[in-house]
Amino acid sequence: MIQTLWFCLIAIMVAGYVVLDGFDLGAGVVHLFVARNEEERKRVLRSIGPVWDGNEVWLLAGGGTLYFAFPALYAAAFSGFYLALMIVLWLLILRGMSIELRSHIESPLWRPFWDLVFGVSSTVLALLLGVALGNVVRGVPLDSNGYFFLPLWTNLMPGSNAGVVDWYTLLIGVASLAALALHGTFWVVYKTSGDLQERSRQFASKTWWVVLLLTAAVTAVSFRIQPNIMKEFGDRLWGAIFPLIAIAGLLGMWIFCARSRDLSAFLSSCLYLTGMLTSVVFGVYPYVLPSNAAPETSLTITNAAAADYGLWIGLWWWIPGMALAGIYSFVVYRHFAGKVESESL
Amino acid sequence: MDSALAVHRLHFAFTVTYHYLFPQLTMGLALLIVILKTIALRTGDERYNEAARFWVKIFAINFAVGVVTGIPMEFQFGTNWARFSRSAGGVIGQTLAMEGVFSFFLESTFLGMFVYGEKRLSPRMHWLSAFLVFLGSWMSGFLIIATDAWMQHPVGYKVGPQDNIMLDSFWALILNPWTLWQYLHNMIGAVVTGSFVMASVGAYYLLAGRFEPHARIFVKTGVTAGVIATLAMLFPTGDGQGRMVAEHQPVTLAAMEGQFDTTSAAPIAIIGQPDTDTMQLDNPIVVPGMLSFLTYRRWEAEVKGLKDFPRDQWPDNIPLLYYSYHIMVGLGTLLIALMLICAWSLWRQHLYANKPLLWMLLLALPFPYIATTAGWMTAELGRQPWLIYGIMRTAEGSSSRVSAGNGLFTLMGFMGLYLLMGVLFIFLIHREIDHGPARSAEGGAQ
Repeated sequence: MIQTLWFCLIAIMVAGYVVLDGFDLGAGVVHLFVARNEEERKRVLRSIGPVWDGNEVWLLAGGGTLYFAFPALYAAAFSGFYLALMIVLWLLILRGMSIELRSHIESPLWRPFWDLVFGVSSTVLALLLGVALGNVVRGVPLDSNGYFFLPLWTNLMPGSNAGVVDWYTLLIGVASLAALALHGTFWVVYKTSGDLQERSRQFASKTWWVVLLLTAAVTAVSFRIQPNIMKEFGDRLWGAIFPLIAIAGLLGMWIFCARSRDLSAFLSSCLYLTGMLTSVVFGVYPYVLPSNAAPETSLTITNAAAADYGLWIGLWWWIPGMALAGIYSFVVYRHFAGKVESESL
Repeated sequence: MDSALAVHRLHFAFTVTYHYLFPQLTMGLALLIVILKTIALRTGDERYNEAARFWVKIFAINFAVGVVTGIPMEFQFGTNWARFSRSAGGVIGQTLAMEGVFSFFLESTFLGMFVYGEKRLSPRMHWLSAFLVFLGSWMSGFLIIATDAWMQHPVGYKVGPQDNIMLDSFWALILNPWTLWQYLHNMIGAVVTGSFVMASVGAYYLLAGRFEPHARIFVKTGVTAGVIATLAMLFPTGDGQGRMVAEHQPVTLAAMEGQFDTTSAAPIAIIGQPDTDTMQLDNPIVVPGMLSFLTYRRWEAEVKGLKDFPRDQWPDNIPLLYYSYHIMVGLGTLLIALMLICAWSLWRQHLYANKPLLWMLLLALPFPYIATTAGWMTAELGRQPWLIYGIMRTAEGSSSRVSAGNGLFTLMGFMGLYLLMGVLFIFLIHREIDHGPARSAEGGAQ
């Protein structure tokens, strides 16, 4: 049915966003730790410079597609998470400015300032992406009109009066931060050479253990917080493929990192993120935003979707449009392929 | 108007007005840069490549600010206008999502190659990357205008069982006649801004005696494109847009013109102050019969005045609407006159040495920005009190669960952040203009 198809297509776009913008966010998180001087920081920035904007477009295109396919979800989630999303916007603005403005002036004040802005905004964004995912899993107090409004925090408990941040969503946030930091580190390893690469590789092999631990923790806790996940996996055993993808990615990172097969390690990280995300998406289906107040107010793929005619028409432009977008991405990644050298442009 | 609604309106108005200061230049410059690159490619004249490189740097800074201030626009449909989005998302979501899928990927991909890639790419491929950035940004303009045009003049929809608005005809949405005129009027407005900025920077260099070979190219390109674009703003695009308003939003036309009474041979007001209490235009200076002629092509035609429309259909801020419209038209006329004189002087080959004219070009820099902003205010204030004309009132579309306090908090946050960004923007643009086109001979944006 068409709603399920769009649910899957949007899941693909979200996964695309997390995998692509994830590595430049992650590079922002770790660049203050793995890059020790101006020259190294410049290399990290140049490794994402030509692609970060295109990566962020996945968020905009994914958001636009969500708006078109599930307008009731977009309306409820965006107004309900109002404050959190406005903070996300400010961070996206500051982060974009830090990347674009840094190179314009050579000054002992200008560049370190924007480096700090870049690092902090990337870190908080990586954390908030996880918090957002945690909120979707936990559910929100939807009213009978299909709206809600969440304060940023209340008592930090994931009960029915929880805010955006509670201990559960924060845990998912920390896991997301660690996973994206690792993802970004693998990107830096893949795109650089020399000391910077070696230091990043060591950083990656340590961070891997943190990600392993947090993966186990969030998996265990999520089953308790959202019983629907257990039910979905129980009803349709083939869904086990998604967590298996995540586990394969996790193992792949470890194996390839140890053997210095850098591209394979980065791709394993892509696999891990995709596996984790699709596991969550599979577990939440057919809900798109579960209610933790009264189950009948939950938003599902049917009651949140736009009318059928528009959804069918949408396939006619979405498929060729995204095929073109795939070609552009291929062109730009091939054009800027290879290691970022010290002073080449 | 309750205070939460006022905050939501101001929130969108402020962020979108600020945002559009940047795309109007990048969309205009994109075309002019393609023209410069084309001349360079066909004549092999390296000065045109140097000129293009300089404008690519101005373009890149503007584009970056345009991107980061553009993301909040998409978000605000949901955050501040949730009831509108829930109801109409199935229709305008089509064009909004298409903008993301077709334009943003194209622009962002080829911008990187366009800004960073001149050394790696052949001249033809670099020209192609410039052209694709132009194509992406103009397509983006089309899809967002199609969205706004649907709110101005909804077509191709039907209303579903729970008052949700459903798409009924995709092609009616895309081929909305309102879109055509609004798109042309808006994009040529972007070319006007781009032309004036280019000519103005050229005039500045000529007056200051710096970078003269490049400055001449800037003035020549800016004035040539500018004279065509300013004239096209008046006719056919402004005229076409005006007749759309007259046909589909007659009450808006009456409010824009300060026309309170229904009259035949209606005059057009050049100046005057609308008083909505006494229902008259104070101190008017008018051209008799002109409004009737422009609207219906007949000097004697009857134009309906505000008094003959129910008061609850009136735009809710008539004085601001009236002034926005008159500022747009007044400045537009001034810009046409200036460009005509400059074009004549350019043709007679006096312009590069004509200091008064160069000064006027330099000082005219803010006017296209003001005229464009006033034009958009005319369109959006003129649509009031409707959010979707005739279907949904603005008061029915805002987010019901977001309070005035939360809205004001984030509005102030945006004001602070945008102030900071504005200062940095002016600082960086000033540096680029001060360095001038010569430095860019080595290529690249760094």
